[in-house]
Amino acid sequence: MIDRLRPVLALIKGDPQADRAVPPTGFTARLTVFTAGAMAFLAVFALALSFATGRVADRWAEELARTSTLRISAPEGQAAAQLATAITVLETTPGIAEARALTADEQRALLEPWFGPDLPIETLPIPQLIEIIEEGEGYDTTGLRARLQAEVPGAVLDDHTRWRAPLVDAAERLRALGWLVLLLIGAATAAMITLAAQSALSANAQVIRVMRLVGAKDTYIARAFVRRFTVRALIGAAMGVFAALALVLLMPDSEVAGGFLTGLRFRGVEWIWPLLVPLLAAIVAFAATRHAAFRTLREQS
Amino acid sequence: MGASVIELENVAYSYGGTELFSNLSLSLPQGSFHFLTGPSGAGKTTLLKLCYGELHATRGEVRLFDKPAQQMDRDAVASVRRRIGVVHQDCQFLDHLTVTENVALPLKVAGRESEGEGDIGDLLAWVGLSRQSQQTPPQLSGGERQRAALARAVIMSPDVIIADEPTGNVDWDMSQRLLSLLIELNRMGKAVLIATHDLNLIRAAKSQVSSRVLRLKGGQIQQAGADL
Repeated sequence: MIDRLRPVLALIKGDPQADRAVPPTGFTARLTVFTAGAMAFLAVFALALSFATGRVADRWAEELARTSTLRISAPEGQAAAQLATAITVLETTPGIAEARALTADEQRALLEPWFGPDLPIETLPIPQLIEIIEEGEGYDTTGLRARLQAEVPGAVLDDHTRWRAPLVDAAERLRALGWLVLLLIGAATAAMITLAAQSALSANAQVIRVMRLVGAKDTYIARAFVRRFTVRALIGAAMGVFAALALVLLMPDSEVAGGFLTGLRFRGVEWIWPLLVPLLAAIVAFAATRHAAFRTLREQS
Repeated sequence: MGASVIELENVAYSYGGTELFSNLSLSLPQGSFHFLTGPSGAGKTTLLKLCYGELHATRGEVRLFDKPAQQMDRDAVASVRRRIGVVHQDCQFLDHLTVTENVALPLKVAGRESEGEGDIGDLLAWVGLSRQSQQTPPQLSGGERQRAALARAVIMSPDVIIADEPTGNVDWDMSQRLLSLLIELNRMGKAVLIATHDLNLIRAAKSQVSSRVLRLKGGQIQQAGADL
């Protein structure tokens, strides 16, 4: 185990003399720090988006799967009787934990986003809604529909399946898209750092020639470049993550109306993920620079 | 003389479709002193590069310390170079490092920096560069750069010193001084191979050290006589 960690420790510790053998190159240094910073910033938001859509998908799947709605549209004289019958039918149906008629205030609140406050709901022919909360394995939808058709002719049962499935599907796709974006960010970071490393290696062809002349092995030459780019990527990514987290923290955390755009903050253990971004950026930079360095050294030999 | 440290057997080298030389054989025994001379473009620098593994022969066999160069990977070549001190005409320094750091570079890349800490000061004094130790190569004169290159070439106590036109950019007095340093190294048992077109330098050396002069011309190597 210690033997495996030795190269990593050597990389972190560094070799000041090997580092000094390669002159500092301002352009590639700035490019690497900026790229890592920008990509880390985007990665944090991609993570936040992915987690937020994941939470929405879970919530929709969980909450909507356990509830149904019964809508009763009956002539004025029959509304109360049909409501009472429907409640009785529902309460006697296995798999239903609770059946509750929404109050006028609750129905008004549901319509408020479209019609505004103070809607005179009593004067309008608004159907009566009954919230059904399931238990256990749930109820037999076909059987309940048949009973309601016979006993409550104005009732329409909506078990949310029709619109729940595409919503959950959309949220799941958004979550997958977030992870795909993260993968693309990682690949783009690797590509940019590879280009910057190749540029640095080409610019230092004379340094490489001299080091080879005095007996430097490829590992020694590559180490100076690899360490430099890894540290730059780590610093740049840390700065990007810091900036992104500051913005994420400034966003409101409340989930008004269940919208995920107001709930982008990380929750609980999710906070570990953005903190891993600089480490992942450093690993990507290490691998990309090492690959570029050995390939260039092979080509220059 | 000891066993051969560098040996070329029927070596040919082509570049861009043109054969610079063919069937060329050369043996550098331990403790020998050779001059390599010939007209410009004859392939002296190329021949030296074959001798320290920077180039590979198109045909024939190059043996460095009894190992075929063609079969060496890059790490093995790097290891061999630690046993061969090379002085280029253009010196090839890292211009952002000081003279001390440049001279110490072979020790650093070999991970032996602690062994040579005291030697670097002595070595710089030996080549007369103590005062310039903290200067960078661009601040040095041509002769100082050549002496710094020589110091760097010998810091690892190599078995062979290969110098390509080491006196090309310096005056006669400095040439004599550099020659004296190379002769001193030869007396310590190092094999020395110097490529030069300076016949006066060769004549001056002949009175101080037992040396052989090889002439590279028309793709062939010949032993030069006393008619230099």
